[in-house]
Amino acid sequence: MRRAAEAIVIPVGALLVAMIIFGAFMGVIGKDPLEVYALIYKGAFSSGFAWQNTLQRAAPLILTALCVALPAQTGLIVIGGEGALVLGGLAAAVIGHALSGASPLLSGGSPLLSGASPLAVQISMAAAAMLVGGAWIALAGALRHYRGVNETISSLLLTYIGLALFNHFVEGPLRDPASLNKPSTMPIGDANMVGHLPGMDVHWGLVYGIAFCIVAYVLVRHTVQGFALSIVGGNVRAAKLAGLPVGMLILVSCFLGGAAAGLAGMAEVAAVHGSANASLIAGYGYAGILVSFIARHNPLAILPVATLLGGIAASGGMLQRRLDLPDATVLVLEGIAFMVILASETLYGRFRMFQPRET
Amino acid sequence: MSTKLLNPSRREVLKAMAAAGVVAGVGPTLASRAFAADKVVVGVIYVGPKDDYGYNQAQAQAAAAIKKLPGVTVIEEEKVPETVDVQKTMASMIEQDGAVLIFPTSFGYFDPHVIKMAEKYPKVRFAHCGGLWNEAKHPKNSGSYFGYIDECQYLNGVVAGYTTKSKKLGFIAAKPIPQVLRNINAFTLGAQSVNPAITTQVIFTGDWALPVKEAEAANSMIDQGIDVITMHVDSPKVIVETCERRGIYVCGYHANQAALAPKGYLTGAEWNWLTPYTVHVKAVGAGTPMNNFLRGGLKEGFVKTSAYGPAVSDAAKKTADGVKAKMMKDEFVIFKGPLKDNTGKVVIPGGTAYKQQDVVLEQMNYLVAGVAGKV
Repeated sequence: MRRAAEAIVIPVGALLVAMIIFGAFMGVIGKDPLEVYALIYKGAFSSGFAWQNTLQRAAPLILTALCVALPAQTGLIVIGGEGALVLGGLAAAVIGHALSGASPLLSGGSPLLSGASPLAVQISMAAAAMLVGGAWIALAGALRHYRGVNETISSLLLTYIGLALFNHFVEGPLRDPASLNKPSTMPIGDANMVGHLPGMDVHWGLVYGIAFCIVAYVLVRHTVQGFALSIVGGNVRAAKLAGLPVGMLILVSCFLGGAAAGLAGMAEVAAVHGSANASLIAGYGYAGILVSFIARHNPLAILPVATLLGGIAASGGMLQRRLDLPDATVLVLEGIAFMVILASETLYGRFRMFQPRET
Repeated sequence: MSTKLLNPSRREVLKAMAAAGVVAGVGPTLASRAFAADKVVVGVIYVGPKDDYGYNQAQAQAAAAIKKLPGVTVIEEEKVPETVDVQKTMASMIEQDGAVLIFPTSFGYFDPHVIKMAEKYPKVRFAHCGGLWNEAKHPKNSGSYFGYIDECQYLNGVVAGYTTKSKKLGFIAAKPIPQVLRNINAFTLGAQSVNPAITTQVIFTGDWALPVKEAEAANSMIDQGIDVITMHVDSPKVIVETCERRGIYVCGYHANQAALAPKGYLTGAEWNWLTPYTVHVKAVGAGTPMNNFLRGGLKEGFVKTSAYGPAVSDAAKKTADGVKAKMMKDEFVIFKGPLKDNTGKVVIPGGTAYKQQDVVLEQMNYLVAGVAGKV
């Protein structure tokens, strides 16, 4: 119980400190901190409209945060979610178009494929996106395990390769000739879009993210395999001595993380854009790193943290429109929050009141 | 006192922080700047920073100008990505600020974002920058405005043609899409009207805002002996600065970059978005139907040229002004046959002339003879 209280009080306290620093910063540039916070609240959480705005922005961050949080269970710091997202999105767009019946190449020979139901198309798209995104991050894990290459660097560099591949395919071999001034792949067709949650202006990506987080949490905290992951994360040599398949565990954790980011790419294609194009490269993969670190790589904690960051992003527009503050304002707030929370990591175990009582 | 203001003591800073903390802790008393109901609220959305010396600044200048119109309130958001974020931004402007007219200024905002929002909010008007609106397909409360800026790139080319000594020009472009190719070709044709032997080297960077690649491209062109450069990227800032530092000449694009290169800036192709902005704002004020498709060049006041820099010769000014006067009278055609592309293929046969409004030009997929580069 006391440990749990510590895990809540310290990050919340850190966020409060971050808000005070940010408030002082606003005061220095001549804005009323009270008004700034009131607008952040109003823009992010004050109404049903604001909540939908917040949750919609949080949806992709939940999945890309998992791309950091899952490999982190085995002690790996993977920051290549952006590459897995765009390649997953590309795979989803290709499969979606191939199954939409508009492609004579695939459906011509096989009547089975041409009339695939939207649900089957969507499931295939999700599977393809998760497979490609997962394989991409697993590559970084394999380089780490078999060749000793630092996974942080390799996953970042793989992202650049992934973006280059993505641009090559979208602007080259997979380009829809009708997309003149904005190169895109062939559309997946309106019928195959996943659409919005009933009664809300939020797309299904949010549900994918929440479900993925819950599954990841159960896997990590309540299964033997999850326990094995944390042993690898704690001490690789001990894990080897215990006879655990270290390489396999690293690859699986990386694969699952990459699959989450790939699924985020699929949601962008199937719920928003309808095809893959440069708009997929929106920085969600990088924002997910921030979310996962603030959540201390706990899959369940990702949900409130992503919501908070989604809310800050949603209210950023409000600050620009009402106070003429530049867009960088919310980046400053996020940056301060990130620094304070990282600094607060050193406080764990330092407060006697949170320690279990000696018996 | 002034020194004290600039160097506050630690105690004062702590006091200020504590005060801010108290204020922040008091809680959310909703401070809202309610916009008066009789005002026309106009929302403007930018994909990059408003002060980028380029695409976004050209739009922001028009927004700043309509701000001064009586009865108009302008709200702005910058750096809004072409994702579902821009849908939420448009919806927020409508729901939270009461916007009745929105200018989503980035090309990639239109499909699917503007279309979706226009269907959802049929009473709000969406004027998108680009040329994508199609009467048969798109909602009547949405529309496109765009300008024939290749006219100004042709004039850039004329001035560059007079200025270059090496007869080698450079064009740094983002992507090989029709709009960009049209500018490259117009620039080259303008230069070749002065001297048919002039060539243009093209480098495609691959995306709209890649300052490092743009600087590399400019430097490598200058190393090859190219002495006038122009561009089609979102923010020409770094290219213009590089040209000035290396002592060569540059023609601007999107907005006026003369301040960045007082010596080497020749002239520039600028947007004049105030023209379409005014049309839309006035129509909303008067309650007249939306003009869904607004287009124009120099004559209609949709584009303009920068004032000539100190390095432009009198002969160049005279010729360029002469061509410009013809364009203003609608007597000048840039793309007319016989015209060959740089692989030797005839792309416009002799006797054919495409006026600016011709949709054939919007599918341009070639580089004219004299351009070194590949689509």
